[in-house]
Amino acid sequence: MRSNKGRNRFLALCIAPATILFFVFMIIPTINVFRMALTDAGAFTAGKFIGLANFVTLFNDKRFIIAMQNTILLVVVVTIITFALALVFAGILTREKIKGQNFFRIVFYIPNILSVVVIAGVFSAIYDARQLPDGTPFGLLNTMIRLFHDPVTWLDERHVIVSIIIAMVWQAIGYYMVMYMASMSAVSASLYESAGLDGAGRITQFFQITLPLIWTNIRTTLTFFIISTINMAFLFVKAMTSGGPNGASDVALSFMYGQKDANLYGYSMAAGVVIFIFSFALSALVNKVTKRDVLEV
Amino acid sequence: MSKDNAGAVQSQSGRSTETLYKVFIYVVLITLAITIIVPVGWVFLASIKQNSEFYTNPWALPLGFYWQNFVEAWTTAKMGSYMLNSVIVTAVALLILLAVALPAAYCLSRFQFRGGKLLNICFMAGLFINVNYIVVPIFLMLNGGDKWLRQAFGSSLLLNNLFVLAVVYASTALPFTIYLLSGYFATLPHDFEEAAYIDGAGYGRTMVSVIFPMAKPSIITIILFNFLSFWNEYIISMTLMSGLNSQKTLPVGLLSLQQASQSAAQYGRLYAGLVLVMLPTLILYMCVQKQLTQGMTVGGLKG
Repeated sequence: MRSNKGRNRFLALCIAPATILFFVFMIIPTINVFRMALTDAGAFTAGKFIGLANFVTLFNDKRFIIAMQNTILLVVVVTIITFALALVFAGILTREKIKGQNFFRIVFYIPNILSVVVIAGVFSAIYDARQLPDGTPFGLLNTMIRLFHDPVTWLDERHVIVSIIIAMVWQAIGYYMVMYMASMSAVSASLYESAGLDGAGRITQFFQITLPLIWTNIRTTLTFFIISTINMAFLFVKAMTSGGPNGASDVALSFMYGQKDANLYGYSMAAGVVIFIFSFALSALVNKVTKRDVLEV
Repeated sequence: MSKDNAGAVQSQSGRSTETLYKVFIYVVLITLAITIIVPVGWVFLASIKQNSEFYTNPWALPLGFYWQNFVEAWTTAKMGSYMLNSVIVTAVALLILLAVALPAAYCLSRFQFRGGKLLNICFMAGLFINVNYIVVPIFLMLNGGDKWLRQAFGSSLLLNNLFVLAVVYASTALPFTIYLLSGYFATLPHDFEEAAYIDGAGYGRTMVSVIFPMAKPSIITIILFNFLSFWNEYIISMTLMSGLNSQKTLPVGLLSLQQASQSAAQYGRLYAGLVLVMLPTLILYMCVQKQLTQGMTVGGLKG
């Protein structure tokens, strides 16, 4: 019989490295977010305990309020548009006989493999608002809409959030579409056939068969999409606008990062705590609201 | 009108709405495909344009192949050495990740031991911690470590170190990777190990030469996903590599190239830089798009 000691040594050897790295680079930093938020830590301050003072300042900080509003707006709008479009496209591509189905799948996934920095570069050419000396526009989007619209300064205070939403949806849609195609193709075709015989149209089939049967998958992805969008919003804003103009496009994480650059570490971490709590609360809420009895066929 | 005729008319109108629906679908699909292909393709064309061509219609085709853009991006803008940095960081991070995550996932999913359940829960909880939520404390921790090292030994080595960056990448990818691999390992029947034990193989040998080869498809999937996320990552790299200009990874180098070219109005060089960053991922994608889009069912939790 194998010795228990050998088994235990093998287990420890296998698990220890992963556990150590995970604790040092994920658990301890996470604890530090909550610990440092209660101090005045900074590049030139010792970091003494100041209770909830950072949070009081934070909720009176106009720039943070704007950043949170932008975050909520981006999460809600990007999630709704991305999920609606991804589900519909996935439904079409799996249910219908489409020529070039493979081609579409390959193309729609491309934005997901590009670095956000590359996407920011592509969109800065698209949103370019400059004009030639004779007044003709320069950017890709403005040259296209000039037939029926005046040039738009896409990244000014009024339009910047919409411009970021467009870029984020452009990036995310293919990934979720391909994922739902995988789960939708597992739904058995005989269900659609019998529904078709009963006279159910395409739209009824989509809402009565497709969506209920992949609901578990939708719920899981939705929960993670919210956390991911809070993060992606930061990546896009940082690369496209750095939060400008005048903080109009700041989001929660870019605010947090900006405070770190301003050497206010404790204050920055207070924003981090709010982001943590906000994202968990939102995920829990979505998880609760979308709870349905699981259908199995 | 006879009954037969009525049926024919009805099915004809049914067929024409059917055609209309099909046309509508194709229009929508093609429109979406165009919004992706055209901007990406435009960058490729712009990368071979001379600077003067950027002051006319942006939709004009390039007048010729102006390769000088790539030469300048590669040497003057140092994208060549940034690419080497990116290759090193990505390769080292992937090696560390595989070496650490594979055994851990195997043991966590197939052995019962004290504390095992708790560890599994911890790694699951890690799925909810986004790296960028904790990038500031990671930076401060390494910064503090460096301060201590400077006092004790006179030199620092944690920040501005490509190897440390790779370790951070690997560590923060652990929860997702272990989750994915455990899911696969848990589906294997225990007969494989029992047969190997009877043949006299030890725990380690059984794991390496019986179990890991079977997990090859899952291993390829995690390599692909993590390659893309390490290669494209820029926030952590920007934060932990802020000191030395020569240590930048490709996306961070591209970010500064973007700022420099906008103010100096050197567009050709900028788009050549964009092509240099996305070409490796596009080539890889073309080779493995099947595995990538099929590994998706399990990859639903990507951050």
